[in-house]
Amino acid sequence: MIKWSRLITFLVIVAVILGMAGTTSKQIWTKIPLGLDLQGGFDVLYQIQDAPGKKLDADGVKATVAALTQRANGLGVSEPSIDVEGTRNVRVQLAGVFDQAQARKALTTEAKLEFKAPDGEVLLTGADLKSNAAYEADPNTGKPDVSVEFKNPVKFDQVTKTYLGKGVAIYLNGRMLSDPVISSEITNGKAVITGMSSIDEATNLAKLLNAGALPFPLKQISSVAVGPSLGADALHHTLEAGVVGIVVIFLFMIAVYRVPGVIACVALVAYMFLLLCVFAGLHVTLTLPGLAALVLGVGMAVDANIITYERVKDELRNGRSLLSSVISGSRRALRTIIDSNLTTLIAGAVMYWFGTGTIRGFGVALMVSIVVSLLTAAVLSRYLLLLFTRSNCVRNTRLFGVKGGASK
Amino acid sequence: MKRFEIVRNRRWFFLLSGTITVAGLLVMLLFGLNLGTDFKAGTRIQINLNTSFSSTDIRKLFQSEGYSIGQDAITSAGTVNQTAIIRLSNTISASQEAKLNQAIKAKYPHAAGAEIDTVDPIVARDLSRNAIYAVLLSSLGIVIYVAIRFEFRFAIAGIIALLHDAFIVISVFTLLRLEVDLTFIAAVLTIVGYSINDTIVIFDRIRENLKLTKVKTVEDLENLVNGSLWQTMTRSINTVMTVLFAALMLFLFGGVSIHNFCFALIVGLISGAYSSIFIASPIWVAWRARSLKVQKAAKS
Repeated sequence: MIKWSRLITFLVIVAVILGMAGTTSKQIWTKIPLGLDLQGGFDVLYQIQDAPGKKLDADGVKATVAALTQRANGLGVSEPSIDVEGTRNVRVQLAGVFDQAQARKALTTEAKLEFKAPDGEVLLTGADLKSNAAYEADPNTGKPDVSVEFKNPVKFDQVTKTYLGKGVAIYLNGRMLSDPVISSEITNGKAVITGMSSIDEATNLAKLLNAGALPFPLKQISSVAVGPSLGADALHHTLEAGVVGIVVIFLFMIAVYRVPGVIACVALVAYMFLLLCVFAGLHVTLTLPGLAALVLGVGMAVDANIITYERVKDELRNGRSLLSSVISGSRRALRTIIDSNLTTLIAGAVMYWFGTGTIRGFGVALMVSIVVSLLTAAVLSRYLLLLFTRSNCVRNTRLFGVKGGASK
Repeated sequence: MKRFEIVRNRRWFFLLSGTITVAGLLVMLLFGLNLGTDFKAGTRIQINLNTSFSSTDIRKLFQSEGYSIGQDAITSAGTVNQTAIIRLSNTISASQEAKLNQAIKAKYPHAAGAEIDTVDPIVARDLSRNAIYAVLLSSLGIVIYVAIRFEFRFAIAGIIALLHDAFIVISVFTLLRLEVDLTFIAAVLTIVGYSINDTIVIFDRIRENLKLTKVKTVEDLENLVNGSLWQTMTRSINTVMTVLFAALMLFLFGGVSIHNFCFALIVGLISGAYSSIFIASPIWVAWRARSLKVQKAAKS
């Protein structure tokens, strides 16, 4: 007897997955930010100048590269390419098309913050702050503020003690932001900078304060838009090749595993669709190494299905019924899948924690693809297979890729 | 059907992998890796041609001047894509620079003068050092996890197989003199991920069979592992086949600039599947057999 309710549930789930993936994938794909190697961006060349009283040396170049990297990351552009040319030139390449003038400003603008006594003496500067400045709305007025915290609360405490009842003005790049009167002693090192005209201004100031000072001044030599190193054409070819590869995988799975193979294909479609959603939702920048991690993820998702189906076949060959083979086969396979995926997940996590640039990007893509692959291949595909088997549609084990007639 | 004795013939597989490794190591010591522009001090040339151009023409122009041009060495730039950026893997002298400018002027009369800079590969060097640390630290993480979930010997055998695969790819690239660029690092990381995943699945079957049978002699052990390898053989082959299909399609039809990357993947995938079966498990058997003998000697 065919159990129609189960069969219909199965078909509805499959239709929903294929329908959603088929209709929205293209739109979601356009929301994924692509890296410099895939879409191009713009390229600025700076010359590092000597700082007053300090000559540029190799360490200075390194420190400047580090500061620029932090600023580029603050822009929300991940994996910027920063190259040193000659002895004092730095080339910064940022992916994507965006407001280039603003990006250039964010790379080089200094936020020189000063806390001045009424007689003009500089008491504290931006260098005394922890790098956790953040925008916040004033609880009373609702106006945009920037909250800051001093590295050394004692130093700030002494300033508030000395100037209790007097004004300590806050200056940004020589312009006075606010002139608050100290009304009480502050011991926890926390302060708020008011006088911002917009939320944008407040968040920008917070970012600049967090980025810290550039160790040496920079002079812009050139600025130009660049094409992708992989080439738009090449990306197109690569995506097409990827689609061909996946179709071949589908055909292989269906040829070898028949009905379960079809379910594996549905789960793979779900895997790719979910990955698109995660990348678009988390704004993970996709680069070539990221694509490589996704290919590995496809491999691991397919592997999870293959492990399960081979187990089910083993159980069938041992003479068990179809349903009990599917149940015990997928349960035994699950432990294997979890151990192998967790091991690779650990590798991805370590690459994320200790890696820089490309390696970090690879680690993120690998972790995301493993989690999604576990969800689709181990949870969804297993559920669909059980649901389909329980619907009693298929009794012939040939349709599970095992030779020899109907099961008991 | 008599199945091939993988475990008993382990010496041959150790010999095969050892030979490739040693050959790769020798060539690497003698000639070094064929480093691409990403890793070498090179030259960056930027010319505004004031006309649209094809990268094939630029490539020909530079080749006729005697420069070798890497696969992704030419990029277009500028708002209307009339600027070419070319990376050379060597530094050039002032006279070469003048000659090059002449040749460009002859072909593109409207071209503005070329901007020529020397590039220091500080970032790529830092990145490759970071990649090595990342792989070693990942290995440590894997050792800890596998030692807890399985046992210490499995952990070490798995790591040897993983490093073996990374090294085989590096060896093959050294022997064939293929260019190593930044994408190569991504390929090696991918292979590391695949290799450990593939190995753990087989180890899991050995662990399961160990619970079902009592192992008294070395022969028992060899039979058990050989059996486990053959039980998982269909899965091992089917899995590597599907991933290989994908990599092969990318190699055949993907962009030229990822050709070497895909080749590294293909070599690594084959090595990863091979090492899980013929290296990782036999290493574990050899090690376990030794402690089995020690136990026996202690008993008698």
